[in-house]
Amino acid sequence: MNYQFLGRNVFDLDDYSREEILYILEAAKGMKSINLREYKKIPTLRGKTICTLFVENSTRTRMSFELAANRLSADVVSFQANVSALQKGESLQDTVYTLNAMGIDLYCIRHSSPGSPQLVHKYSQKPVINGGDGRHAHPTQALLDIYTIWEKKGDLKDLKVTIVGDILHSRVVRSNLIGMGKLGAKVTVCGPKTLMPGNMESVYGCKVEYDLARALSDADVVMGLRMQLERMSEGLFPSLEEYSKHYVLSGRTLKYAKPDALIMHPGPMNRGVEILPEIADSKHSVIVEQVANGVAIRMALMFLILGGKA
Amino acid sequence: MKTIIKNAKIYLDNALQAQELLIENKRISKIAPQITEKADTVIDAAGACVFPGFIDIHAHLRDPGHTYKEDIQSGTKSAAKGGFTSICAMPNTNPVTDNIASVEYIQLRAKEFSIARVYVIGALTKQSKGEEISEMATMKSGGIVAVSDDGYCVQNARIMLSCLRYAANFDIPVIIHPEDYALAGRGQISSGKVATRIGLSGIPGLAEEVIIARDIMLAESAGARLHIAHISTARSLELVRQAKERGLPVTCEVTPHHLVLTDEACLGFDTNTKMKPPLRNEADRLACVQALNEGLIDCIATDHAPHADFEKEREFDQAPFGIIGFETAFAVLYDNLVKSKAISLSTLVNKLSCEPARILDLPGGEIKLGAKADLTIIDLNQSTTFSKENILSKSKNTPWLDQTLASRVKYTFKSGMITYQDS
Repeated sequence: MNYQFLGRNVFDLDDYSREEILYILEAAKGMKSINLREYKKIPTLRGKTICTLFVENSTRTRMSFELAANRLSADVVSFQANVSALQKGESLQDTVYTLNAMGIDLYCIRHSSPGSPQLVHKYSQKPVINGGDGRHAHPTQALLDIYTIWEKKGDLKDLKVTIVGDILHSRVVRSNLIGMGKLGAKVTVCGPKTLMPGNMESVYGCKVEYDLARALSDADVVMGLRMQLERMSEGLFPSLEEYSKHYVLSGRTLKYAKPDALIMHPGPMNRGVEILPEIADSKHSVIVEQVANGVAIRMALMFLILGGKA
Repeated sequence: MKTIIKNAKIYLDNALQAQELLIENKRISKIAPQITEKADTVIDAAGACVFPGFIDIHAHLRDPGHTYKEDIQSGTKSAAKGGFTSICAMPNTNPVTDNIASVEYIQLRAKEFSIARVYVIGALTKQSKGEEISEMATMKSGGIVAVSDDGYCVQNARIMLSCLRYAANFDIPVIIHPEDYALAGRGQISSGKVATRIGLSGIPGLAEEVIIARDIMLAESAGARLHIAHISTARSLELVRQAKERGLPVTCEVTPHHLVLTDEACLGFDTNTKMKPPLRNEADRLACVQALNEGLIDCIATDHAPHADFEKEREFDQAPFGIIGFETAFAVLYDNLVKSKAISLSTLVNKLSCEPARILDLPGGEIKLGAKADLTIIDLNQSTTFSKENILSKSKNTPWLDQTLASRVKYTFKSGMITYQDS
């Protein structure tokens, strides 16, 4: 097996084949073992500089990227929009030119505008890992979700994965549909019609359900998504109570799924809105493991892209 | 001053004919198989075609107010390079062209450079705010050819009805940019598969269609002439068809980009595929091509909308809407539609010349004896590459940047004077 990851971008998962995704998962497995050691650090990326360019704020994802870089011994610089020149009206282009002049080897970007990772690559000519761009894509989240399922179930082929919630605004769903689809999972998305984009079946080859019981029927994996309060003022649903009544992951609704169905959530959770606390904390919940696996996946990608020495 | 154009095919009666053409005192004075008179200038246009100068009833010249994007001089040079001899300037300048002084400014500047005839479209409402009727009658006596709030759309139906009634009173055509703001929301590209895939918020066809339906009803009630700018969906065309079948004075235009591109072009996040209305799907595009052939669409207009590099070179959802269109219009349509026989050459030429002239009662648009010599000479066997270096517009925001397309404009004449010459 000879896969070429050196210098590649991770804009979304459609650029990666099934075999390449599996290779990344294997690499992440090795990284995960490092994270379980007492001294969680290897020297492989010594001398490399990684920039986390977070134009949209996200403490959790940024920390995950930075921990990943630190554990590989890369130097990390962190750029946050709310305390930076972007706040003063500097363009993304000028920001990247400035950062690039300081010798960045890899960018990890989070931005509210779809397509901005492509711009960062265009301006920097350096590899870019997309840490979430608007509603477009969140490939590292999808990879850590896939890793979590792969670790527990061995293979995603023919697994029924049901994702419930605000599909319209979710980049996590979009990247997962592509990645899980490549590994042969059968994905069903479920939510109210006002929060469901058009053409989902033809674009992603997934199934669309508006009824939670039908969506959960025989599911091997169930993923809840964060429901954001501001969707109410946008006129997309009437109240959290009514949403919850129809779409909450609860003991009652999960009885339609397989008894050993994995419970997942990309976080942060609204306990009691899209998921009941007893489900989030149940023995089949892997929500906390997802977070741990996120560091391993990001380490694997940085290692492969920057050509770390094994 | 006499000019003879030799060895070309001349577009007469909807066909190319091997004739020679004499220009004398700014006008076409002779069309004959052979002209032997002595002339000051003889143009050997071997292998090329002579068409009526093109007429664009929808352009943004950005002057006054945004002259870093374009000004009247650069805009008319760009138009001449595209074969245009007459263009209509939309009023979304700064200040808005909603008063007689602003109208006269544009006319004076255009006259000073004298590169293209520039007709002014006045604002429909004061500052195009959609609240109060502009002084359109005064502007009409100053020469405006239509009123429009293009770029904006009057959302309040009562105010729109007033505007239409007032415009009807003075027989001024009203051009609408149909867009329901609430439905369009913060949309960036058309709703549909591509928007779903790349996570940009969508502008549904409904945002255009509900306003077209509303304004057809309001215009009928007001007895006004209604022209619909940049139509983009099959359902919109159906609404226009119904209006025309009922005999209403409703016309519409389509842009070259809506005839050639679809939202698939947005997949790479190129901000030069971002415009309003957005690029639609293939079924809508085909409906536009068919409607052009059937005559349901009255003319082609560029919606030339210059934006500077620094404005377009940014995140997709933060870049402004619009692309330039003068220089690419003919080549894009000739290369993509005429060569594949989706439309005929005569459809293309008529929809760029006599048809737009008819909609706004403009002179020109035909090659005939005694007419002003507004002409463009195009070699269909040569090609044009659109690069930042050779685009004459100040702005370079086109999805055809660095592409090579069939056909090449060799000369453009306005009143017999050369306004563009290929070097």
